[in-house]
Amino acid sequence: MSSVISEIRKDFIYNLLLKGERVDGRTFDQYREISIERDVIRKAEGSALVKLGSSQVLVGIKMQPGEPFQDTPNRGVIITNAELVPLASPNFEPGPPNEVGIELARVVDRGVRESKAVDLEALCIVPGKQVWIIFIDVHILDDCGNILDAASLGAIAALLSTKVPASRFGLGEDYMLPINDIPVATTAIEFSDVLMFDPGVDEESIANTKLTVITTAKGEICGMQKSGKGLLKPEQIYRIVDIACEKAREIREKFLEA
Amino acid sequence: MIAMDKSDISFFKDGLRLDGRRADQLRPIRIEVGVLARADGSCYIEMGGNKVIAAVYGPREVHPRHLQEVTRAIVRYRYNMASFSVEERKRPGPDRRSYELSKVSREALEPVIMTSYFPRSVIDVFVEVLQADAGTRTAGINAAAVALADAGIPMKSMISSCAAGKVADTIVLDPMKEEDNFGQADLPIAMTPGGDITLMQMDGGLSPDEFHQAVEMAMKGARDIYEMQRAALVEKYGKLEASTIEVKACE
Repeated sequence: MSSVISEIRKDFIYNLLLKGERVDGRTFDQYREISIERDVIRKAEGSALVKLGSSQVLVGIKMQPGEPFQDTPNRGVIITNAELVPLASPNFEPGPPNEVGIELARVVDRGVRESKAVDLEALCIVPGKQVWIIFIDVHILDDCGNILDAASLGAIAALLSTKVPASRFGLGEDYMLPINDIPVATTAIEFSDVLMFDPGVDEESIANTKLTVITTAKGEICGMQKSGKGLLKPEQIYRIVDIACEKAREIREKFLEA
Repeated sequence: MIAMDKSDISFFKDGLRLDGRRADQLRPIRIEVGVLARADGSCYIEMGGNKVIAAVYGPREVHPRHLQEVTRAIVRYRYNMASFSVEERKRPGPDRRSYELSKVSREALEPVIMTSYFPRSVIDVFVEVLQADAGTRTAGINAAAVALADAGIPMKSMISSCAAGKVADTIVLDPMKEEDNFGQADLPIAMTPGGDITLMQMDGGLSPDEFHQAVEMAMKGARDIYEMQRAALVEKYGKLEASTIEVKACE
């Protein structure tokens, strides 16, 4: 939504859309090809490289013992960060995270947190004193659109392959991070009354509005975020939610379960 | 949302909520227009225990210059919490939460602001949360929308914002602090009086059916708030309107 797009390109996309087509030949609710490679970083406790079409996002998980929050003395802590490094897009600039990066990290975090994907109580070492801190670090490598879905997918895929490094800190044997749920984020854009899922970078830049819906394995909605300066009608939101639930189930079954 | 000791709190007593409200009832709201002398437009709002003040400056020159847009005004929105607005002192200055809220709040208002009337300029919206009691972003947006109108910024419509939540498996309107902290879901929305949605966020857990119910409840709340925003503006500017009506009556 921030990138520059020529009027001609915009017209082209718009005219295709009127014919019910998309630039890359997909249907409006079709995702690009997804591939997830796990354990790509040996130094990390868990990691995943997600490719969503040409978009590439790397998520690394690091864990270390630390102090719990005062109001949750018996629970582990999740800290999510996103780096929109300038190598990933001509629109990204070096420096501290801007509001787009912060929003991305917070929505990824919302999915993991609100679905209660990680069994945080199992990450208590000494109640009130020491718990495991999980750092979810999202590194965008190539922004070809919809990096939010890719980042969310990467986060849960990486968590699923995370091994708690207990032995390194003299806390017994390493064990797999206990995971209770598999949240999946699905994003659609709205452009002149058409809803398109998994937008490419050009589609994102012509859209006014984006809606991300995060669903749990049970088919409940656990997080949502509208982004962009546009309007959505309630019926459009309900339709996005319906399709999002279905898409999330497909993605979860194919890439994250088993 | 922290899920702890939910069982210790009972959210309903004799079918009413902790503060005596029905499930579909808003907290008391007070809106005052034009409370700041220096600002071009301003509004003070109380929504339950929330006390929020909004100021609008502009359209005015953009600084830094490179941010200016040739075809339209840019809109900036700064959501800020006073350090004394919450139980435990908040470190002053913006944090990640306030960056995100500023972004979504700005995007909730921008669709109705006629920015193309003011190329190369900026419309600044500053929102200060003086006292927080769950629902500060919705209170901020409600105040900001009224402040924009007070500043005379051309808008396609008003924006009204309200949240619905889920506590003890019941969908409730406009959650207060306890319900927000220990509840099962929170769904803030903002919309135009025509029912177009400009802000939508959600956390917690809702089935698709509950989601429908919550959206409808929040929309009804927003419609009621719209009437109050309108009344507050008429209260300040109504005298002008009344005099025109009188003239018409004479003719």
